[in-house]
Amino acid sequence: MTVLRLSGAGLAYGSRHLWSGLDLAVDAGEFVAVLGANGSGKTSLLKVILGQQQLSSGSAELLGERIHGGDRRIGYIPQQKMAEPGTPLRGRDLVGLGVDGHRLGPGWPSRARRRKVDALLESVGASGFASRPIGTLSGGEQQRLRVGQSLAGDPRLLLCDEPLISLDLRHQREVSELIDRQRRERDLGVLFVTHDVNPILGMVDRVLYLANGAFRIGTPDEVLRSEVLSELYQSPIDVIRSRGRIVVVGVPDSSHHHDDHDHADHAGHPHTAGTGGLGTHPTGGAA
Amino acid sequence: MNDLWSAIFDFSDYGELIALLRNSIFAGAVLGIAGGLIGVFVMQRDMAFAVHGISELSFAGASAGLLLGLGVVQGAIVGSLVAAALIGLLGSRARDRNSIIAVLMPFGLGIGILCLALFPGRSANKFGLLTGQIVAVDDPRLNSLLIICAIVVVGLAVVWRPLVFASLDADVAIARGVPARWLSLVFMMLLGLTIAVSVQIVGALLVLSILVTPAAAALRLTASPVWVPVLSVVFATVSLVGGILLALGASVPISPYVTTISFLIYLVARVISWQRHRTRRGRITSTTEVVTA
Repeated sequence: MTVLRLSGAGLAYGSRHLWSGLDLAVDAGEFVAVLGANGSGKTSLLKVILGQQQLSSGSAELLGERIHGGDRRIGYIPQQKMAEPGTPLRGRDLVGLGVDGHRLGPGWPSRARRRKVDALLESVGASGFASRPIGTLSGGEQQRLRVGQSLAGDPRLLLCDEPLISLDLRHQREVSELIDRQRRERDLGVLFVTHDVNPILGMVDRVLYLANGAFRIGTPDEVLRSEVLSELYQSPIDVIRSRGRIVVVGVPDSSHHHDDHDHADHAGHPHTAGTGGLGTHPTGGAA
Repeated sequence: MNDLWSAIFDFSDYGELIALLRNSIFAGAVLGIAGGLIGVFVMQRDMAFAVHGISELSFAGASAGLLLGLGVVQGAIVGSLVAAALIGLLGSRARDRNSIIAVLMPFGLGIGILCLALFPGRSANKFGLLTGQIVAVDDPRLNSLLIICAIVVVGLAVVWRPLVFASLDADVAIARGVPARWLSLVFMMLLGLTIAVSVQIVGALLVLSILVTPAAAALRLTASPVWVPVLSVVFATVSLVGGILLALGASVPISPYVTTISFLIYLVARVISWQRHRTRRGRITSTTEVVTA
């Protein structure tokens, strides 16, 4: 069953074309990674699917219906950003916002709500730290809560916007495995935007690679090859495979820092935009 | 020295005074509820500076209302709402917001001072709008305060959940279809109303002590979405009612009492949270010692 279908989709800001002629169908239970350098329109693609951005051409459908904003059948994990210390939310409150935060009224505590939040916390392995303020939790713990929050509406499609960006390798693996397990158990379509495919290489079914207003779709083996990416970027690119990891070398530097505003508030959490594309990701700071 | 002391604290004829100022005490309690609740969102949305800016424009409105004979309450409300709407519409981003507030605030103060200077009445009443005053709240004033506080509390209750969502987790809230812009405007209007009534009790310069300090103290003590508003309301009410009770017989305005109580509550909250932090860290260190030993 197709969860998401983009047909001849194009997006342009004024005269700048991000991409056009995009045909993409994501099936239930399918894991699709969206790759590409900064400024290639990855985040904009998610905005289209969330109904926050209109396509310039083509159409976008969720479960056979035109996309509209605020659809509960989409779960959304925003770009990983550390909660500020002192944020007045505990782990369970963050998940609770996903359950009924959109409803009017003060939201009196109830047993049914508590049970639902507990079940979500349990399913993402976050019960142990659910009562702590989120500002005191590690990046990996916060992302577990984010996954739980995104599952609260029983979604059919999960949109992940760089959910691993400032995590160290161990937490990258834990969080991506958690997302992978949930999509199998719940038969979710997953669209996973990332600048580094390595943590999810063993899980993705297909890759959508955006660059220079063009794109390639296929399995990682079909797309992540020197000749394919060289053609896409129209300059020589080397894709090196080493010990099961993929390193892309030679991505033109020009498009970097274009969407740095998307990466704002990452002070203290370096990520390797500088390597471009799918560069190796150094192990981040301590857990 | 003794004179100074009796100017600040004087409890003679206390029983009669309390009866006289029943309205004031009641007004303080009700304002404590509205102010404590809205303060939770002022903190969540990081808008302490906006509170200060709106209260200066509320002061300008109140002074203009006094000068033109349109009424202080009406003037304060109009000034507040205009300022809140401007800040809400023009300053959706924190940086824009701060500069807009900084531009509006001195302008508002200037207008207010001009109106007061032109006003021919007694000067003691004039500065009450800036620094607060202990006046017997008369019945019509009490009614307007009750109605406005009721609007604020009911309005907040209706938008509570989505407003928390939009304030603390904006990206996901918007993805979920929460109308963040609308909520922001509704919030600004409710904030404007609360400030308009606060200005009349504690004065424009000291509104922060009931709209920010109590919520800030509550946040030091808990992150629970139930306990933060409860404590914030308790702290704001204690500051206001306590301040009025202490100020009853004295010849100075009410505001120093309110601000001092609310500041002391904040200090105590900070000390408690610091103590807690220290014991927690102490516990972690001692366990590591056991492990390494």
